[in-house]
Amino acid sequence: MRSVIDIRELSVEEIDGLVATAMDIIENPAKYSEACKGKKLATLFFEPSTRTRLSFEAAMYELGGNVLSMASASSSSATKGESVADTAKVISCYADIIAMRHPKEGAPLVAAMNASIPVINAGDGGHNHPTQTLADLLTIHREKGRFNNLTVGFCGDLKFGRTVHSLISALARYEGIKVVLISPDELKLPGYIKKDVMDKAGMAYEETADLMAVMPQLDILYMTRVQGERFFNEEDYLRLRDSYILTPDKLKDAKKDLAILHPLPRVNEIAVAIDDDPRACYFKQVLNGKYMRMALILKLLGITV
Amino acid sequence: MNIDSIINGIVIDHITAGKGMKIYQLLSLDQMDCPVALIRNAYSKKMGRKDIIKIDADITLNMDILGYVDPCATLSIIKEGKVASKQKPMLPRRLTGVISCKNPRCITTTEQELPHVFTLTDAETRTYRCLYCEAKAE
Repeated sequence: MRSVIDIRELSVEEIDGLVATAMDIIENPAKYSEACKGKKLATLFFEPSTRTRLSFEAAMYELGGNVLSMASASSSSATKGESVADTAKVISCYADIIAMRHPKEGAPLVAAMNASIPVINAGDGGHNHPTQTLADLLTIHREKGRFNNLTVGFCGDLKFGRTVHSLISALARYEGIKVVLISPDELKLPGYIKKDVMDKAGMAYEETADLMAVMPQLDILYMTRVQGERFFNEEDYLRLRDSYILTPDKLKDAKKDLAILHPLPRVNEIAVAIDDDPRACYFKQVLNGKYMRMALILKLLGITV
Repeated sequence: MNIDSIINGIVIDHITAGKGMKIYQLLSLDQMDCPVALIRNAYSKKMGRKDIIKIDADITLNMDILGYVDPCATLSIIKEGKVASKQKPMLPRRLTGVISCKNPRCITTTEQELPHVFTLTDAETRTYRCLYCEAKAE
């Protein structure tokens, strides 16, 4: 049974296929409106996440399928001590596919190892979030028309930002990608990603703390939120929270066709004044996430339209 | 220092000095009721110093543990006082139930029944990562 736990499990060809399906869904939504008729998606969210859960649910409804959802993590059997493995076995009896978010890293993998239906990782702690990466990739494809020969800046929390790690891993497989890592010292990209992913792929990259200095060379600027829930220490979080805030004046040297991405939710790292700038793509990214989740659900259920 | 020769058993030789105790612990040799000798800092022509473990019983050892801690060690099976065969441990691709994940965010910290599994991600640097959370083995 095929599951998707980590973006690296999807080959470049499979990602191209998902992008092609998503583009077809965008152009011909009616064609897909009953593609999943009679199928059920179970959304198992063991930590709060409104947007990812709603995105999965909207995706399944737009495919004509149904959704089984628990009211909140506190109402789940996990609070009674049920293991992830048992939960996966039980839900396999009710649904056709699972989307799981869990605060513990590796929980969706454990679910996939025990479920008899496909499991999609909808985020596990600070580890993986493959469908966010699929949303990012479709946004890059729609804004730039390509996945190669791009300079991509990642700004903010590069240490705990799982979306950053996943997108770098995905982009490492394309030609001519240069990555610019913009963060304070405390939130730098972990060394193992530089070594195991970027160096192995021969990916060009530079590290800086100065966003303005690198702005003119960027084709894509991927902003991130400094996430309080990833810190053990409240003091560190408060000190680093406002490290990088994107304001209109910081964009004065940026390319005219820069694409600004953000996995959302934002707190204050992108000024609201930027929302009307045509370079702001983060709300389009949300929509693209739904299309890619639709494409992924179809793929994992083996449905062709 | 003299340690009696063994008749039927195992000699783990050429252990990098300092790693003998870790092998002894991970193989749970302290729980065996046969004679077991751990010799630390023995003189070696090739290595300068080395550790040696002698087990006076015909048992099967977990070669993955040996390969994980010290792939340079050698294992000799002794039968009737003579070396019957020699084995060279290999760096195992997967380690199950040998070491624990130390990442407090890993699912293994809350689900006690889950086996701790590590996979070899870089043979050159002998890097192992947790199967579930990918944290590096310490």
